[in-house]
Amino acid sequence: MYVAVKGGERAIDNAHQWLAEERRGDPAIPELTIPQIREQMKLAVNRVMAEGSLYDPDLAALAIKQARGDLIEAVFLIRAYRTTLPRLAASRPVDTGAMAVDRRISATFKDLPGGQVLGPTFDYTHRLLDFALMAEGDAPLPQARPIEAPPSPFVGEGWGGGAPRMPHVTGFLNRDGLIETAEPGDATPPDLTREPMELPADRALRLQALTRGDEGFVLSMAYSTQRGYGRTHAFVGELRIGTVAVEVDIPELGFAVEIGEIELTECETVNQFKGSKTEPPQFTRGYGLVMGQSERKAIAMSLVDRALRWQELGEDFTGAPAQDEEFVLMHCDNIQATGFLEHIKLPHYVDFQAELELVRKLRAEVQAMQEAAE
Amino acid sequence: MTDASSLARKTWMATLAKAPARRLAALMPELPPHSVLRQPEIGAVMVRGRVGATGAAFNLGEMTVTRASVRLASGEVGHAWVQGRDRGHALRAAAVDALMQTGAAADLTSRVLTPLQAEAGAARSIRAGKAAGTRVDFFTLVRGEDK
Repeated sequence: MYVAVKGGERAIDNAHQWLAEERRGDPAIPELTIPQIREQMKLAVNRVMAEGSLYDPDLAALAIKQARGDLIEAVFLIRAYRTTLPRLAASRPVDTGAMAVDRRISATFKDLPGGQVLGPTFDYTHRLLDFALMAEGDAPLPQARPIEAPPSPFVGEGWGGGAPRMPHVTGFLNRDGLIETAEPGDATPPDLTREPMELPADRALRLQALTRGDEGFVLSMAYSTQRGYGRTHAFVGELRIGTVAVEVDIPELGFAVEIGEIELTECETVNQFKGSKTEPPQFTRGYGLVMGQSERKAIAMSLVDRALRWQELGEDFTGAPAQDEEFVLMHCDNIQATGFLEHIKLPHYVDFQAELELVRKLRAEVQAMQEAAE
Repeated sequence: MTDASSLARKTWMATLAKAPARRLAALMPELPPHSVLRQPEIGAVMVRGRVGATGAAFNLGEMTVTRASVRLASGEVGHAWVQGRDRGHALRAAAVDALMQTGAAADLTSRVLTPLQAEAGAARSIRAGKAAGTRVDFFTLVRGEDK
């Protein structure tokens, strides 16, 4: 039981003042600005937006600054802020086939139509510390080599005006009927920010929970399936990163308007599937879609999505954690998790007093029994 | 409103919404005389995706949005829904939307909308060019066991 406590106002004020001082650090060092964080800590900003479930790079950068770089605390700040916003509308589903891609790779087809585009990736770097980044203006940074851009019929699709769409890799397999299809539906999806999550959840609800779930948790769940706990034999059919337009039906106009653009990472896995009692042998799919450039999360999400589909595909439940919908969905949210975890550090004096009395009473009883036996 | 005119309006509203607020303000420093029908309101839009890119819709997460509506002295009503939390951006976009329904449309198109579209197009081309520079052709090697 948590009961209200009184007192300590002055100590709390002082603690918060000291926190502000510590946040600032050495005043001889220039203070970080929000644009600096937004531009130069972009992947941290992306993570806070994805797990905070609110696309606004400036606010995410502010949250990171305020939280002293504690990303879960920053996600907490964003989640708290978003509850203050009126919900004006829901968008039309974004069309990732019209994405203006910065990156688009396939681990299953080397010659995929549209080409493999590496984009600004850490892949193929040597993971050696680059001390040139530490020079801070003492030595000029090497000039970026201008990228020679060969004219390409594929890259830049979605970049406005009649450019061809960037086809999804799964579409090629689908032509031969070798992979399951994803048929469009117009049903209004469930929203866990509006109604408490109910289990069993449909796939739409699972994806909502996973895309805002903790990257570390989703990563570990996905990794566990690769190591054999609910194995799904996943290949990355396609991973793409880029911007898509967000289109909203404007009630006062009676038509839909693009109100902005957001960056997304999408991953589709192609999974080996030997067939089941209900389904023929064919490839199956897992899906990940995450705000920002968040490819580790998107890949992990698609693996966990696929593992959670065992029932729908008629596979066996092997007791693996990643197959257990309740286990995954009820524990993937880092704000719920940290809220419950961290609350135990707050005053629990009455609780503990009761425990203390109970233990004393038990000890006295045991002692009395021992004395009686002697 | 006809289909053609609503298509045109969709296009300019999208251009105004996606334009950097500072650029729009620089191209259009003075707002025409107007009354505010809906004060700029900051809220959220739930962005949806599709399961497997083409399937049923699901809720991906929200984004910040600001909307506003104005009425010109001459009676035309303009609306704006723009990404982010910039009230000035929404108000200015709504004013341009209203003006585009007046005789000032041709002038505004050449003075504001065409430059914004050109700048957006240039930014996209630069980015697409960088992406094109990272296009790769993987080739597989014949391994011993294949002989």
